Amino acid sequence: MHHISASYRVFLTINYAVLTILALLCLFPIVNLLAISFSSSSAVSSGSVTFWPVDFTLSSYTYILENNQFLGSFGTSMLRVVLGLSVNLILTILVAYPLSKEASTFRSRTVYAWFFVFTMLFSGGLIPGYLVVKETGILDSIWALILPGAVPVFNVLLMLNFFRGLPRELEEAAWMDGAGHLRTLWSVYLPVSLPSIATVTLFTVVGHWNAWFDGMIYMKSPDEYPLATYLQSMLQQMSLQTATVSLEQAELLTQVSNRTTQASQIFLSVLPILAVYPFLQRYFVHGLVVGSVKG
Amino acid sequence: MKGTIRQFYRNIPLHLMIIPGIIIVLIYSYIPMAGLIIAFQDFSPIAGFRNMTWNGLDNFRYLFELPGFYQVVWNTVFISVMKITAGLTVPVIVALLLNEVRGMLFKRTVQTIIYMPHFFSWVILGGIIVDVLSPGGGIVNLFLKWIGVQPIQFLASNDWFPYILVITDQWKEFGFGTIIYLAALTSIDRSLYEAAVIDGASRWRQTWHITLPGIRPIMILMLTLSLGNVLNGGFDQVFNLYNPLVYESGDILDTMIYRIGLQDAQYSVSTALGLIKSIVSLILIGVGYFLAYRVANYRIF
Repeated sequence: MHHISASYRVFLTINYAVLTILALLCLFPIVNLLAISFSSSSAVSSGSVTFWPVDFTLSSYTYILENNQFLGSFGTSMLRVVLGLSVNLILTILVAYPLSKEASTFRSRTVYAWFFVFTMLFSGGLIPGYLVVKETGILDSIWALILPGAVPVFNVLLMLNFFRGLPRELEEAAWMDGAGHLRTLWSVYLPVSLPSIATVTLFTVVGHWNAWFDGMIYMKSPDEYPLATYLQSMLQQMSLQTATVSLEQAELLTQVSNRTTQASQIFLSVLPILAVYPFLQRYFVHGLVVGSVKG
Repeated sequence: MKGTIRQFYRNIPLHLMIIPGIIIVLIYSYIPMAGLIIAFQDFSPIAGFRNMTWNGLDNFRYLFELPGFYQVVWNTVFISVMKITAGLTVPVIVALLLNEVRGMLFKRTVQTIIYMPHFFSWVILGGIIVDVLSPGGGIVNLFLKWIGVQPIQFLASNDWFPYILVITDQWKEFGFGTIIYLAALTSIDRSLYEAAVIDGASRWRQTWHITLPGIRPIMILMLTLSLGNVLNGGFDQVFNLYNPLVYESGDILDTMIYRIGLQDAQYSVSTALGLIKSIVSLILIGVGYFLAYRVANYRIF
C-alpha cells in the first residue's frame, strides 16, 4: 500500500464497523438464546434478559435431561445420522465413480448421468412421494428417513467433479498393475479423495441432523420423532401464542411459558452442529467452490 | 470390434456399481413422477390405486376456483423475487467489504461467524426468531419500547410478514452467499490493479472499473440459476414462522400443497397443484440453465 488517502481511511473505519455489526447480528440471537436458557423463567418473562443470564440457574437443563422424549429423539437423530451417512456415502461414491469416466470409454455414462440429474430438475412432489414411501412399507420406520434421499445427487456431482480432477496417470498405473475398477476405486481413488469425502460427510451429517419434515409426515407416533421434528412440534404449539401475546399477558404466563426450557432445548440441538462446525468450515469453502463453479 | 468387446467386459463392474443407486432413485424419485397421474383422478387413499376414477381436469378447475388461489401464487412470486434480489445484492456488497479488510484475523473471524447461520435449520432459527420478535418480551420489541415505539406483532401482521421472511432469509444466508463472490474476487488479475494505481485511479474507481466487471460473470450466472426458484417461497422457513393470522400475505404454493394434501387429505387436488408447480419450475430451470450455458458457458456435469 503506497499511499492511503484520508477518505479511504474513513471508509476503512466504517467498513470495520459495518462488518462487526453484521457479525454481531448473526451472533446475538444465539447468545440471547443461551442467556435465556440459563436464566430463571421469572427473569425471562419480565423481559430483563438480553445477552447475559439473569438469576443464573441450570434448572431448565436438569429438567430436559429428565425428559425422556427429548432424550429418545436425540437418540433417534443420532441413529439417523450414522445410518444415513453410511448409506449416503456408499451410494454417492458408487454412483460418482462410474459417472466420472469419459463417455468415450464408458458409453452409458451420459444416459446414467441424465437419469440422476433429472431428479434435481423435476419431482413427483409431496403426495406421490408419500404414497411410494407408504406402499414400500417403510412408513413409521427409520428407513423412511433414509431411503427416499439415499442418493444425494448434489453430492454425487461434487464427488464426480473431484474424481474428474484427479490425474489420469493414477488410473492408468492401477490398470497396468492389473487392478480392476473396484480395486482402483478403493485403493487409488478413495485415499486421495479424503478432502471431498470430508466435505460430503459434513454436508450429509448436518442435513440429516437438521431434517424435520420427513419425520413429521412419515412417523406416526411422536415417540419416534427425530430431534428436529420433536423440536418443531414443540415450537409450533408455542409460536402463535408467542407471536401475539402482549407483555402483560406474558407475565401472567410465567409458569407455563417455558421459554427457558424451549431455549435450552434449541441450544442443545444445535450443540452437535457447533461441535462439527470448525471441521465443516475447513472443507466446505473449497468443496463448494470446486463443486459449483468449474472452468 | 475386438476393442469394443473388451471394453464391454471391462465396463461390467461400472454398471454393477451404479445399479443400487439406480434402483433406489427409480423407486423413490421416478415412481412418484409416474404417481403424478393421480392429479387427473379422484384418488382416495382407502380405495387405493386399483379403484380409481378419472376426472380429467376437475382438480385443476377446483384449484383455480379456490378463493385465495391467486393470492397464494402472488405471495409465492413476490416473496421469492424479493429473496432472489436480496440474495444477489447483499452477499456481493458484503464480499466487497470483506475484500477491503487487510487484517486476516478480523476477516477470518467475521467469515466464521457469518457463515454459521446457514447450518442451522429453520426449525431452530424459527424458534429463535419467534422469540426475538415476540411482542411480549422479545429483544427487538424491548429495544423498540426503549426508544419509545409501540410493540409490533411482526409475525402476526400481514404488513410485516413477507418482509420479515426476506430479512430473516438474508440473515441466514448472506454470509454463506459471500463465499462464491470472495472466490471470484481472488481470481481477478492483480496486475490490473497495479496498472490502475499507476494511472492514478482511486480505490472507488478501481472497484467500479476492475472489481465489479471481474465478478460480473458469476453474478450473471447466479441470476440465471436462481430463475428456477421463482416458485419456491421457502417451505421450511414459512412453515416454521407463519400462523393463520398471516396466511393472507405469507401462504405460498408449498405450504398450500401441504395443507391441502396432508391436513385435508385431498390427495389429488394437492398433487394437481404440485404438478403445476413442478412443470413451471422445470421450464424456468431449463431456461435458466440454457441462459447460463449461453452467457457463462456453465454446464451441470
